[in-house]
Amino acid sequence: MASIKDTVLQYVKNEYLETDDDREITCDTPLISGGIVDSFSMVSLKVFLETKYNIQIPDAKASPEAFDSVNNIVNLLKEFNVQE
Amino acid sequence: MAYNTDVRKVYSDQLEDLKSQGIFKEERAICAPQDSEIEVEFPIGSEKKKVINMCANNYLGLSSHPEVVKAAHDGLDVRGYGMSSVRFICGTQDIHKELERKLTEFLGTEDTILFPSCMDANAGVFEAVLTDQDVMIADRLVHASIIDGMRLCKAQNDSFKHSDMAHLEEKLQLHQNKRLRMIITDGAFSMDGDLAKLDKIVELAEKYNAMVFIDDSHASGYIGRTGRGTQEHCGVFGKIDIITTTLGKALGGASGGCVSGRKEIVEMCRQKARPYLFSNTVAPVIVEGALRVLDIISRSTERRDKLEENSKFWRKGLTDAGFIIKEGETAIVPVMLFNAKLSQDVARDLYAEGIYAVGFFFPVVPKGQARIRTQLSAAHERHHLEKALAAFVKVGKKYDILGKTKQEIIDKYGM
Repeated sequence: MASIKDTVLQYVKNEYLETDDDREITCDTPLISGGIVDSFSMVSLKVFLETKYNIQIPDAKASPEAFDSVNNIVNLLKEFNVQE
Repeated sequence: MAYNTDVRKVYSDQLEDLKSQGIFKEERAICAPQDSEIEVEFPIGSEKKKVINMCANNYLGLSSHPEVVKAAHDGLDVRGYGMSSVRFICGTQDIHKELERKLTEFLGTEDTILFPSCMDANAGVFEAVLTDQDVMIADRLVHASIIDGMRLCKAQNDSFKHSDMAHLEEKLQLHQNKRLRMIITDGAFSMDGDLAKLDKIVELAEKYNAMVFIDDSHASGYIGRTGRGTQEHCGVFGKIDIITTTLGKALGGASGGCVSGRKEIVEMCRQKARPYLFSNTVAPVIVEGALRVLDIISRSTERRDKLEENSKFWRKGLTDAGFIIKEGETAIVPVMLFNAKLSQDVARDLYAEGIYAVGFFFPVVPKGQARIRTQLSAAHERHHLEKALAAFVKVGKKYDILGKTKQEIIDKYGM
């Protein structure tokens, strides 16, 4: 089974990169401050995480910083006891 | 708290920061009515310079058209300067209702409600018709005013990749459990100059039981065989549930906007849309001007036909010269430069050559996609475009970007 990190990374690539976008995304790539995900379309990422891992992320926790890289997102998920 | 030195510093620091990042916006003073050739002071107070305007939304060249100006004068004489009221207290004149009827007919909808601007229409419409049981699914490149309107609405928001119908379909499937689904898109996209795939969108909307919303501000008046917008161009005239558009671009260029669409939705806006309820009625002068604009463009397609020819000539000229442009069918032609500073340098040099065009970069467009956005008008004559093209080629040669690929330009100037 894919790790949480891989699952989130794959989702981010599919969800946010246009087909002609040749940017590389790794687990450290700044997503929001790097201009890949804007704060508006960040919502779909939150919905994906909540649905996939059956959790509720309160708005206060869903900050641009918490969503700014795949690593940050994985750390956030740990707070909600999401296990591999 | 008094407005003391510390408070002042909070703001002056932010303003300095914008200047140091090169994203501080400065106005230029145009010392003439809007047209294809204008006199400009830049910076304000400096000597006036005559330039060809390549950045106005004056698509049909009606902003200073003598018939429109006369109609506005007459409106001033017979219906006064202002109404000093919102619409529902004592701000609705017979001419407001007439303009709403004419817009309904022009856009092929059931009813129309005027707003002070399309920004206000977009800010008010979603909150008026959707609740937290619903979902709004928007193209990622929609105009900022739509994003603001969606933020004011309690419905869940989601988005799909720009014009990616497979992605939109996934999102529609994901949200089948909601009470109402609304697909939201611009008709013509203001920064890229392409059109929404409305035929496909309507098909998906029917398949997945969703409403369709378009903001056709950059298309109304000239896109489609008779200028009725993206819905006419895509063969889905009469099938769009909600259209917002502006009177501030092709349709006269003054101000004012509207929500046009299904009658219950328009009525909900009359009852609940806050920018409609709490801001002044559109001034009579503008209403009369807009009525005349609709007369002019319903009489003949001459102006939109000329604009189409101008756009084709301009797109071909730039492409043949070796510039990279975004493909599209509209009068918005983005010349891609990728690097933010390069876009500013090229715009500055074009201005020195007598061409007024503006460079756009992050956050207005995505990082690494800086561009000069050029906009055509039916007021442009061939000699204007030939002169502008010669200036673009001269500046393009100076920066050695003609005939170069995206990668070559990025290698030379960076993202």
